[in-house]
Amino acid sequence: MAKLRGRGYASVNYPTGMNLGGDPSQALIHATTTGTFVVSLSSVDLGQGIKTIAAQCAAETLGLPIENVLVDTADTDTGPHCMGTFASRGTHRVGNAVIMAAAEARGVMLEVAAEELEVDAADLETDGTGYIAVKGARDKRVHITDLALAAHFKHGRTISGRGIYLKEPSTPVPETGEMDPDSCQAHACTVAVVEVDDETGVVEVLELFNTYEVGRALNPAMATQQVEGGAWMGVSHALFETTEPYYPARDHGPRDFAGYLMPGPADLPVQHSLLLERPADNGPYGAKGIGEMTANAPIPAIANAIFDACGVRLTAMPFTPERVLRGLDALRTEEPC
Amino acid sequence: MPSQIVSLDVNGERREFIAAPGATLLACLRESLGLTAAKRGCAQGACGTCTVLVDGRPEAACLVAVETVAGSAIRTLEGVATGGDLDEVQSAFIDCFATQCGFCTPGMIMVAEALLDRDPDPSEADVIEAISGNVCRCTGYRPIVIAILEAARRRRERAVTR
Amino acid sequence: MTYRLAPIDTGAFAAERDGGDLTVIGSVVRRSDARGHVTGRTEFFEDVAPPRLAHLKMHRSARHHARIRDVDATEALAVPGVLRVLTHADVPNNLYTVLKLIGVQPDDEPVLAVDKVRYLGEPICAVVAETEAAALEGAARVKVAYDDLPPVFDVEEALREGAPLVNEYQGQNHFVYEGHHCRRIRFGDVREAFARADHVFEWRYQSAPIEQAPVETTGCVVVPQADGRLRIHSDTQACFFTLDNTALILGTPFNKLRIVGGTVGGGFGGKVDVVVEPIACVAAMAVDRPVKFVYDRAEEMQVSSPRAAERIYIKDAVMGDGRITGRQVTLYVDAGAYARHTPYGTTKAAAHLPGPYSIPNVWADCHCVFTNRTPSSAMRGFGVTIADFALESQMDRIARALGMDPLQLRLLNAYRDGDLKAHRKVAKGTALVEVIQKAAELAGHELPETYRRMSSTSREGL
Repeated sequence: MAKLRGRGYASVNYPTGMNLGGDPSQALIHATTTGTFVVSLSSVDLGQGIKTIAAQCAAETLGLPIENVLVDTADTDTGPHCMGTFASRGTHRVGNAVIMAAAEARGVMLEVAAEELEVDAADLETDGTGYIAVKGARDKRVHITDLALAAHFKHGRTISGRGIYLKEPSTPVPETGEMDPDSCQAHACTVAVVEVDDETGVVEVLELFNTYEVGRALNPAMATQQVEGGAWMGVSHALFETTEPYYPARDHGPRDFAGYLMPGPADLPVQHSLLLERPADNGPYGAKGIGEMTANAPIPAIANAIFDACGVRLTAMPFTPERVLRGLDALRTEEPC
Repeated sequence: MPSQIVSLDVNGERREFIAAPGATLLACLRESLGLTAAKRGCAQGACGTCTVLVDGRPEAACLVAVETVAGSAIRTLEGVATGGDLDEVQSAFIDCFATQCGFCTPGMIMVAEALLDRDPDPSEADVIEAISGNVCRCTGYRPIVIAILEAARRRRERAVTR
Repeated sequence: MTYRLAPIDTGAFAAERDGGDLTVIGSVVRRSDARGHVTGRTEFFEDVAPPRLAHLKMHRSARHHARIRDVDATEALAVPGVLRVLTHADVPNNLYTVLKLIGVQPDDEPVLAVDKVRYLGEPICAVVAETEAAALEGAARVKVAYDDLPPVFDVEEALREGAPLVNEYQGQNHFVYEGHHCRRIRFGDVREAFARADHVFEWRYQSAPIEQAPVETTGCVVVPQADGRLRIHSDTQACFFTLDNTALILGTPFNKLRIVGGTVGGGFGGKVDVVVEPIACVAAMAVDRPVKFVYDRAEEMQVSSPRAAERIYIKDAVMGDGRITGRQVTLYVDAGAYARHTPYGTTKAAAHLPGPYSIPNVWADCHCVFTNRTPSSAMRGFGVTIADFALESQMDRIARALGMDPLQLRLLNAYRDGDLKAHRKVAKGTALVEVIQKAAELAGHELPETYRRMSSTSREGL
């Protein structure tokens, strides 16, 4: 009886956006009289962080500090249409819509600033501090608060913008499956190290080496949250999760967290993660959708590591102790010693 | 059995309310007292997001019949910050990116408060044991463990400077 | 630094990732929602507590497949506090319309069961009461008489002639894709590839349903407004999608509804089915007061739609040097009793095949199959996660059969910029080669120079 160690590998790609497209999202943005920009959306934050990402995209495009941006979501009376949070589409679709809206607002902002400073709008720049300044003459500048007040009370201008992102819908050719399903593809590779207890059948994932190509990490700490939390879910799927443990029989379905098992904080592998960036030409600042992809590579990597460890090829998920033991039993019957 | 008036010390304030027999502490906090930080995730004591402190002990409020804790001191997440100032656990959860959807956060913070109240210098294993009754579906737990250890460090540091 | 931060590689794609002088993008900005989360002030839908809130609970099918002979709500109505017992007759348009708005038909799922139940846990009556306890008690006291029908649980059995018909709205036990019994991929000639291959490998893979298991369960609170509209506080993943589908079921103008949401305690695909809002709105209109309908944990686990179980057969034509020249995939996605989003997910699975590899001959039949189980629907990695389990297990087995390094096999077959995918779109922005190379470095797995020099942007080393 022994604990057997093995390594397994898997590499995957994952599409960004609703399959076949046709999933628009809109954003509206306007400045308050004191220079705060309100981004109105109807997009949903499930914890992935679209509220923060939308603010970052708006602030970057406007050229203003993130403190000058508020995100108001999701009320269908006040926020424009968003198809929803699914299909790794939020950052890509909403991010692009926010950038488009913010770019329009920035255009107005610069026009009004040009009037205030009596220069050409093309000669103005922003640096993220809150000032709009003349290129090469940085003391000639106006703060966004003063500018927004002037726009409203003096120039009668709204500093606002509208944005939408739509990937045109594609229709598959029924005979061949020819289609344009995605906007871009993100990528990942996992190397999993496991230990299999050949007496109990219990599999422990010791280490995960994960690389993810994400287009661009708009917020590296939040990208890390996504990839590490997603890899955890991959481990969970691999080893524990199902609502029908004897599928296709319907019996013994868990009804609570006592029966529906997931790895707890004491069951965590060490995760080594590395992000790669190959910006997508249609992504917001190059970003691709990564929310879903992160759970995928660990599952086959763990299956392959189990084989490497003990010679059992598990072709049915999840990789429960029962399945491991049955596999070990089958090996012993095949090769009597 | 008729409804009865129950009195609790909630976050340092005496609160009285009428409770139906068998009403849970969680329902009373949320519905009678308007304290909605503690969440209902399972109503079976298995997810931990409803955790509050009863006389300093972390309890799943969904499993506590309120009449059994009448007169007790209850601490909820609403009572953790002083005025607008976040405590060390709260600020560490923000700084360590230990929240995603935020739904497990109230329970996680309350078990962390109970842990740090009784042990200002917990080991990683102590932290893991403390949160082992709390389910998080987003983070993979690692950032939460780090945040609680960081909070302990900050609290010890503050104790020294004081 | 106290937070976890995965390092960003600066070597691969160095020329393409030049970011200019960005000030906010690429920076670690604190989450704007974190303060609300740590103070408990974040408002989730269930934190809304309008006065005179009524509660809805379902009476659900106790059978996998049965005709409903009789529904008797007399005892339920006698429970103190029960306000109404709703049946299918109370729902203006009693068919879910999940994919109608993107043109996928037919509508095939009753909001409340009419004359038949098709899975264990299917909703039959909605009991509305003053308290949650009274609603539960009322739901338990509804009496339903059934005539059992034979159920079918296995996807391949369901497709056999003579199998019990699961869903009469569909008319057969599979979804029909423009006249075809499945979503097809036909690219090159796999038969020719098998004939010319040095090796042919064929294996089978199987998964079981997986629950999204968000800590916050699916639910909503519907509040009638002064102007006659309904305000719906919901944890839906898609506000307008929920609004539009709910209005279609209610038969009301779209602008009668307002969804307030956007702050959700975990979704993972489990909150896009629009299953709680329509009946909660019917109830709120019927009793003319606010109504809450939220799944309990057991409903979330067993009744809410999981990730589909999939059965996948993969047959590969492989040359002695490791090049995969043909891949044939037969996929069965277990939709359960109703379509929900599974026809979409099955097409997404087809688009994903044959995985991130350039294989000149690909044949896939992707079936969306109906069985007598809880309808499956979206979950993180919809259509792809289970396929990846099968595809990447397959790659490992091929590598072992050929005695090749598993990463070298993948690098040899990895898709690159300019390759034509099986769905006939030219690949661009690919990076499979680089994530493999970097993972090998990270894990200390040695690759020969030729493989380390490979690139997604060139054909070097091939």
